[in-house]
Amino acid sequence: MPIFLDLYKKMYLIREAEAEISREYYKDEMKTPMHMSLGSEAISVGVCHALPKGSHVYGTYRSHALYLAMTGETNEFFAEMYGKATGCAGGKAGSMHLSSPEHGLMAISAVVGTTIPWALGDAFAASYNNLDRITAAFFGDGATDEGSFWESLNAACLMKLPILFVCEDNDLAIHTSSVQRHGYDSLTEIIKNFRLNVFEGKGNDVEKVYSLANKAVDLIRSEQQSSLLRLTYYRYLEHVGVNEDFNAGYRKKPEPQEWLQNDPVYQLRQKLLKADYLNAVEEIEEQIRKQVLASRIKAQEAPFPNGDELMKGVFCGE
Amino acid sequence: MENKRVISYCRAINEALHQEMARDERIFVYGLDVADHKRTFGSGEGLLESFGPKRYFTTPLSEDAMMGLGGGAAVAGLHPINVHIRVDFLLLAMNQLANMVAPMHYGSNGKLSVPLVIRAIIGRGWGQGFQHSKTLHSNFAHIPGLKVVMPTTPYDAKGLLIAAIRDDNPVLVLEHRLLYWQEGQVPEESFETPIGKANILRSGSDITIAAISWMNVEAYAAARIMERRGVTVEIIDLRSIAPLDDDLIAASVKKTGHLIVADYDWVNCGFSAEIAARIYEKCMSYLKSPIARIGFAPTPCPTTRPLENLFYPSAETLVRAIEQKLDLDRADLSGEEFFSYENKFKGPF
Repeated sequence: MPIFLDLYKKMYLIREAEAEISREYYKDEMKTPMHMSLGSEAISVGVCHALPKGSHVYGTYRSHALYLAMTGETNEFFAEMYGKATGCAGGKAGSMHLSSPEHGLMAISAVVGTTIPWALGDAFAASYNNLDRITAAFFGDGATDEGSFWESLNAACLMKLPILFVCEDNDLAIHTSSVQRHGYDSLTEIIKNFRLNVFEGKGNDVEKVYSLANKAVDLIRSEQQSSLLRLTYYRYLEHVGVNEDFNAGYRKKPEPQEWLQNDPVYQLRQKLLKADYLNAVEEIEEQIRKQVLASRIKAQEAPFPNGDELMKGVFCGE
Repeated sequence: MENKRVISYCRAINEALHQEMARDERIFVYGLDVADHKRTFGSGEGLLESFGPKRYFTTPLSEDAMMGLGGGAAVAGLHPINVHIRVDFLLLAMNQLANMVAPMHYGSNGKLSVPLVIRAIIGRGWGQGFQHSKTLHSNFAHIPGLKVVMPTTPYDAKGLLIAAIRDDNPVLVLEHRLLYWQEGQVPEESFETPIGKANILRSGSDITIAAISWMNVEAYAAARIMERRGVTVEIIDLRSIAPLDDDLIAASVKKTGHLIVADYDWVNCGFSAEIAARIYEKCMSYLKSPIARIGFAPTPCPTTRPLENLFYPSAETLVRAIEQKLDLDRADLSGEEFFSYENKFKGPF
């Protein structure tokens, strides 16, 4: 069970950090478009927990959860949201380009599908140098409409690279469902024709996600071929921003009970309570709330970068 | 002296690759059909045999993902060299280049660097039409975070490629197909031509031509014709497009008072306008005539030879521009022998 406390800690950190952003965003102090991770916590946490130490990951503009799952830290996270000099990229990146190479989160990107081939190259480098490293490429189902996804999938299978493709499938690309975008019925049926290991499942049960990810990672090593994990989840909020947008009419709002029963954080919490971990859970929650609040205030109080930062870092070594 | 050795531009590129790959195991070369029997017009000869398929390999026809592969491999510690046999194909990877490769160092606040070299071969064989003929350096040089070099001489083909490989930034090396045959003195040992420095290819005092890539060959032919008429032309081979050494152009213009920018791209919104603007800013009062800009015709490149000849600027275009600037009579050029594909330019300058 301690492992589930660990997973819960990470998931609650994501939930609480996103909640804090939502509470503060209206003040317009965080001037960076927010693509919220609510609903996908179990995917980021379950997969990252299964990755061996030293793994590299690449993500998308919806990567708050990925950042927090990989780093566990919120000081540089919130400072980056506020555009402060103390942010993980000194304020130059914002929400859509978070990175923390020291924690293995290499890069995230706002042009759909663009980090997938970077993960490919990163995995190529691992293979080139005989490193026992896994590289994970996180992307949404929208990215599977892009050529870069298919090009990268093909090359990874051809070159037998140690890469884990993670499709976080919320069935929506911006505001358009997969049925409105696809000339085929099943993505995984197509992908199964490639030379890689394919897994799929629901992305709201962290235990199952963790178990699937472990299998996918093990097979990358034992079979020496790439793996793909397609995990479905429900995007709670609008494409960009901190609000619900059910009034827009492009999708139905779930019934509250149905929603709760499928909520990844609530589900895990219930499991822990049943196993008599109430005290531990409450302790985690309190500690995280303090951490997040302290980080947010610290970020607000931190200085903006100096003007001369504008010209710095265009080129390396100058 | 050893450095009197004369080799071709193509051989100079090949030698740079051999020497650098032997020096640094992190370097690998990849691209469409690089490992076929032709080896990118010969520039990749022997690399597969010397370094094996791990470090020299043909890729699927996936320019977009392969550029991204270079970015990912570079941030993970390798030094990729991505080869495009036509610059026109590089447009398929423009998204990766402009959105990912070039801004990554800045966007990660210096945590990631992308030591990626992109070699692309540019325009004009014969009859190559509008998809095998472009240069596009104006587009590439527009993007902050990307260095762009265009070697003209075999010496710089080697020196700039080595400098590009040793640079921790992404560097695009644009090699002109017709320069591959050109011969010149190149030291056998390894050396770097500094990126960001132009070169006086030919000294003169009456007029300055700032030339890019192949246009140096045309400028050289024009200079020889003008020399017989008592006009000495100073040719500045820009070599590096981004960053640009405008100081050397300005120093020359202060001496001659006249500038022709001989670009190898479209004129409209082109790189020639950037040079003109900078020289007006730096030495307006020294100019005795308005800066002239020479470049491609404002059309897609036609395939048929008579129209293709009109599309590309030539030595004759330059002679006419010089005559106009210096108020000289229009000379009869019918007896002059100009470059043609069938009559390969072998140099040296």
